[in-house]
Formats: sequence, structure tokens, C-alpha cells
Amino acid sequence: MSIKAVDLTYTYGAGTAFEQRALRGVNFEIKDGEFVGLIGHTGSGKSTLIQHLNGLLKATGGDILYHGESIYQEGYNLRALRGKVGLVFQYPEYQLFETDVFSDVCFGPRNLGLSQEEIEKRARHALRLVGFPEKLYGKSPFELSGGQKRRVAIAGVLAMRPEMMILDEPTAGLDPKGRDEILGQIERLNRQHGLTILLVSHSMEDVARYVDRIMVMNHGELAFDGAPREVFRHYRELEAMGLAAPQITYIVQELRERGVPVDDSITTVKEAAAAILGLLGKGGGEET
Amino acid sequence: MNIIKAVNLVFDYIRRDEDDKVEEVSRALDHLNLEIEEGSFVAVLGHNGSGKSTLAKQINGILLPTEGTVWISEMDTADENLLWEVRKTAGMVFQNPDNQIIGNVVEEDVAFGPENIGVPTPEIWRRVDESLRATGMAMYRKRSPNRLSGGQKQRVAIAGVLAMKPRCIVLDEPTAMLDPNGRREVIRTIRELNRAENITILLITHYMEEAIDADRVIVVDGGKIVMDDVPRQIFSRVEELKRYSLDVPQATELAWELRQGGVDLPDGILRREELVEALLPLLKGRKGCQ
Repeated sequence: MSIKAVDLTYTYGAGTAFEQRALRGVNFEIKDGEFVGLIGHTGSGKSTLIQHLNGLLKATGGDILYHGESIYQEGYNLRALRGKVGLVFQYPEYQLFETDVFSDVCFGPRNLGLSQEEIEKRARHALRLVGFPEKLYGKSPFELSGGQKRRVAIAGVLAMRPEMMILDEPTAGLDPKGRDEILGQIERLNRQHGLTILLVSHSMEDVARYVDRIMVMNHGELAFDGAPREVFRHYRELEAMGLAAPQITYIVQELRERGVPVDDSITTVKEAAAAILGLLGKGGGEET
Repeated sequence: MNIIKAVNLVFDYIRRDEDDKVEEVSRALDHLNLEIEEGSFVAVLGHNGSGKSTLAKQINGILLPTEGTVWISEMDTADENLLWEVRKTAGMVFQNPDNQIIGNVVEEDVAFGPENIGVPTPEIWRRVDESLRATGMAMYRKRSPNRLSGGQKQRVAIAGVLAMKPRCIVLDEPTAMLDPNGRREVIRTIRELNRAENITILLITHYMEEAIDADRVIVVDGGKIVMDDVPRQIFSRVEELKRYSLDVPQATELAWELRQGGVDLPDGILRREELVEALLPLLKGRKGCQ
């Protein structure tokens, strides 16, 4: 089971003077249970791409296959697809609108026409999954901190019981602790509950730490698609695309240039620490 | 001279019910004291809800003290007659560039501020020229802001503030929505303004890497200043920073992890070059190292 993009092309304002090709023949497949990062500079086509995956935008060319079926075929239930592929937009807390947290999370499942009991069960479950404290269920969403609001917004999407969740920069504007908490919860949803995750991020450090695979968009094309250690090896090309590698990659590269044989596929602080301690004979070099 | 001075600054957010009765008071700034020297580059760190954005809004009179006083270049921000002078002296740049741009053409957007305060036309154009040059946006002056990247938009927003000839600019997470390239552009621009034009910079950020080059780092927690020192000193207190829900730059974190593992490295490593230089002598002569 998977979501697959086949020669996906999208042109804004086709046939007008402002015609702009935002996607140019993009191909990939994301399998169930994968944790994928999507990076690319502003305007590279990331947002356009993710809006195709749950049918918010319709491709001008190519196809999207969900579990092997084209979502563009006649009679395809796009409404059901949007329940299966949940999209969490940037700054999702701006979309909170109910008078209390619990009602806000209930809004999605209520629209599915479920029984009151089932709606509440799902809302409670979703709020638990994001680690939201029960004593705050009755609070107005507007009285919460930035990190809490964002968790409520994510719970609202989780309450739809998606199979895949796409998050567009879920940590923008959060402090380091809030960032680690949100990403930790997303990681748990993936590892423990098997939810497929596509994480859009501008933080190379975050991507390096959490995802199994990175897709890099550049000028509407998929420039790289592979494990973080493979992708960040191309740091010079990434820089030319307005991106970068995690800080740690640069430290490792510099050590290598100066004759220290550190593994050049290291992308996190923990890996680098273990490798350097190993070289210094301080043991524990293998564990990460 | 101190361009910013806050004494015993208190600010309460007050929530009222329908009958205007006070329902809840939350204290965002709690007897905070601060002095900032003209021409310095100060980074302000703190977790969400620590009070740092409230502090930023006190500096150009968007919010006024509940108790205590804020002076900007010796002007009391609570003095209504001085409000416009205060705002001309201390400009602000916010997180989202799209909320700060109003013109259809870059140069018109930059001209908006000075035009509003009745600057004569030839002088407006002079200021627009200078501001766009200082932010490296001169080549985009006839463009529509909509067609710019996030980093470029943010530089237009900074140019708009510059055209008011401020002596101090407060930036509240100006890079939070930008890609790595945009972040680099904006930070470079800010540093250049500080160095070349001697404009005082107060940079609020969640990216620890951006605080490395500041002259001074202030950590706000619970509406108070809890740490205040040069970056090297601040970032050598890794555990304390983590307690305040903050972080350290990756080079510093790696150095800290290695020290925990028994490696003899100096305190307060900030940059990757420093770490590499400190590691090389230790690694030389080890197995496989040249």
C-alpha cells in the first residue's frame, strides 16, 4: 500500500501571461509506514506538491495513485481520500475556531457523520496521542501556548484517523523544547502507530534527526530522493539550491579534509560524538 | 549611551468578561530591568511564552508598561507626545513578511513609512535608494513583492523600517518562516546594518546559531532576564540553557557531548571551525589519522 506520483506536472495560470510550471514530471512512491522529509527552498514546489497528495490541487499532467488507484478517475471519492491523507498546514493554530479545545478536535469526525460517542472517543484518543493534558480540554484554544495550540490542531487532523499525515513546517516559530516535543510525538505516531509521515521542513538538523528518507525539491523537480546520509553528502549541490546540510555535516567534512577518517555519512550530533569518541579510544563508539 | 533603558518593567495581560470585569491577569513581564548600549547587537532568547515578544513590543510603544518605565533614547514611551518620535527611533520587523508588506511595487512599499510622516519627496527617494542598497534589494526595486522569496520579502520589510531612519531595530523572529538561504540573507543584512550604520539591533530568535555573532545574549524566562552575557559565556552553560527550554548551536552541543565522554576540550566552543581546531591536536597520531 502506498501513495505514488507518476510524471506529476502542474502549471499555474496555464495559457496566460503568468504561466508558471510549479511541478515538472515528479515521480516517487511513499510506502505505508515510511517517515519521509521534504525539503526545498521557498518556491521550489513543495507546497504545490503536498496539495496534490490529498487532491486539493488537480495535476495538469500525470497521475496520483493511492493504494494503486488513480485519484483522478471518474467517481473517485476525494472526500474519503482527504480523511485518509491528513494535511496539517503551516501555522495550523490559525485554523482553530471552536470555543474549547475538545469541540475543536471533534469538528472533523463530526463532519464524517459518526455517532456522538464515536466522535468523542476519537477526539479523546487524538488528544492523548499528541500528549495534550486532559485538564485543559475545556480551555479556549486561544488561551494556550504556541506549542499547545499546535498540538490541538494536529489532534484535529488525527481525529479523522488518517493513514498518512503531511505536516507543513509543524515547528516553525516554536522554541527548541516545543520543537523537540512536537517532533518526538510525530516520531511516536510513526514508530508506534504506523502512521505514514511526510514532514516538510526548513530545518536540516530536524530532518537529519528524525526521517528515514529525504526528498529534495528544486525548481519543480525532485532533485534527490534517498536516506539522509546519502542526500546530505551532496551538501555542495544542496547549497547551490539555497539549502544546506546540518551543521554537523560540515564539521565532519572539515575533519575529513584535515585527514581525520570520520564516516562522511554522519548527520547528527549523537553519531558524530560516538564516532569521535571511538577514534579517541574513549569507547562506546559503536552505539547509535 | 543607552538607547534602551527599562526600569522595573511590569506588563500584565488583562482579560475582561462581557461586563468589563477583570477575569484573569497574567503577568508577562515581571519587574524587568534592562539597559542596551547604542550600536550594540543583542540577541534575545527565551521559550514561547517567556515574555520576549512582549518585551519587544514595549520598545516601540506598541504596548505600554503596567508598572515601571521604558526609555528609548531618553524618551519615556508612555508619554503620548513622544510616541511618534519613539517609533521613529525604534523600528520593528515581525516574523511573517507577508503581514508587513503593503505596496504593489518594492520601492513604493519602502517609501510608505517616510511618506506617512510627511518627509519631502526628494528626501523620500533618497531614503528609499539608501535603504534598498543597504539591504541588497536595489535590483528588485521595480518588482512586485509577491514575486519575491521569503528572505527577499523580509529584506524589503527591513528596508521599509530603515527608510524611517531608526537608531534601533527590533526583530521578532525574522527568520522563523524562511528557508536556509533566506535565513542567511536576513542575518547577513542585519549584521551589516549594525556594523556599517551603527544601528542598534535587538534580535529575538529561536535559532541558537543566529545568536553566536551578537555582542551580548539575553535569556528571558518568566518575564525576567535570567542570563545576560557574551555568547561564549552563555553557550558554555549548556545544562542551564536546556532548563530554560533552549538549546545550543550544534558545534557547542557536540563539544559538550565529547566533554561528557571525557575529552579535554575548552569551554564555550561556538563555531564549527573552533571545534575542528580544538579536536585536531587530540586526533593527530591516532589510528588512521594523518
